[in-house]
Amino acid sequence: MAAGGGIDPIHQFHIAPIVELKPFGIDLSFTNTSLWMVIVLAVVSAIMIYGSSQRSVVPGRLQSLAEMAYEFVAATMTGVMGKEGLKFFPFVFSLFMFVLASNLLGLLPGSFTVTSQIIVTAALALLVISIVVIYGIVKHGTHFFGLFVPSGVPGWLLPFMVLIEAVSFLSRPVSLSLRLFGNMLAGHIALKVFGGFVVVLLGSGAVFNYAIAPLPLLLAVALTALEVLVAVLQAYVFAILTCVYLNDALHPGH
Amino acid sequence: MPVRSSGFARQGWLLAVGSFATLVAGAAQAAEQKHGLSGEKASFPPFDPAHFASNLFWLAITFAALYWLMSKVALPRLGSIMEERAETIGRDLDQATEMQAKAEDMAQAYEKALAEARKNAQGIAQAARETGAKASDAQRHATEAELAAKMAQAEATIATTKTKAMGNVRDLGSDIAAAIVTKLTGQAPSASEASAAVDQALTRG
Repeated sequence: MAAGGGIDPIHQFHIAPIVELKPFGIDLSFTNTSLWMVIVLAVVSAIMIYGSSQRSVVPGRLQSLAEMAYEFVAATMTGVMGKEGLKFFPFVFSLFMFVLASNLLGLLPGSFTVTSQIIVTAALALLVISIVVIYGIVKHGTHFFGLFVPSGVPGWLLPFMVLIEAVSFLSRPVSLSLRLFGNMLAGHIALKVFGGFVVVLLGSGAVFNYAIAPLPLLLAVALTALEVLVAVLQAYVFAILTCVYLNDALHPGH
Repeated sequence: MPVRSSGFARQGWLLAVGSFATLVAGAAQAAEQKHGLSGEKASFPPFDPAHFASNLFWLAITFAALYWLMSKVALPRLGSIMEERAETIGRDLDQATEMQAKAEDMAQAYEKALAEARKNAQGIAQAARETGAKASDAQRHATEAELAAKMAQAEATIATTKTKAMGNVRDLGSDIAAAIVTKLTGQAPSASEASAAVDQALTRG
């Protein structure tokens, strides 16, 4: 944790292999990221599968939680895409729960935030966009590219509009992945920096520093609350943007 | 609201596997190049391509497992639980409305029975009143007839007594007339003459 006498706020993102695994010269080691992915999988599965195992008509606590997640995602999806969009329900639900659980578990002290790895968020965003493109082309053929041609635009303006639409479409996976990654990374760095201040101030030996040490601590507490909000909000944003993009695949006409 | 998975999910699997394989291979290549360029300076971990392949690989495994568990186990089960609940609630509500309708019917039947009973009671009371009135009327008539008979009898008695008395008065009158005539004339009239004279006097008035 301490690097050169100070606190290294980047250390928490360091990836360390737990089990070395290198088939065909590719490093596929089971790392701490992998471990926390498995923990995320286990937690979500525990809530959703163990929680619903009672199959009670009057739900218990865990089943209520599972049902709440189910209905929340289903309501969000029907709100954005209509009933038709529910064919993507398992995908969006898995995505939402995976991101949500990663974000929230990452806030536990000593844990690792899976979504603070840009490769993870980028892979999820690319998965979403790939599904949008492939589903759109399979379902609507060339009509899908009507997405890039806004209606009611004068002919001379059309090339520019198509260019702008194309750029906006291509920037979607970038913004989708960077938004989540940036929020998680920045939040954790800020938390670590303020936490580090407390340690540095207490370790300095000066009485004045002892006196002001609680201030960054209070800030860290407030930031933790904010981070919980951000964790939930970013998972929701990720899910709802996925719905918006999938809606384009369902209804490509502007 | 229950949600069904679609045929597109199968295509989605292929897509996911394909894209992840491509990404893993690309990341591994990038890691090779990175190692070739420099090794000593530790880069910012999230941007270090050395871990991209491993992260992608395990993300693919865990996310695929999560997707499979959710779409095959958790979500259909939750969907069926909620459907069952909606059905149960609907059935209970139906039953409740049925019961209510039944209760209302019973209340109506009760009201009807009550009204009928009231009407019957009124009829019975009316009949009783009528028979009572008839009986008392009959009694009154009988008594009146009896009384009238008695009165008629009494009147008859009075009449006979009166005629008898009148007869006595005439006899007495003729006797007295005979006596007076005897005293005045010294000659006794015959009984028939005396009675004729009395009758004459009586009719004269």
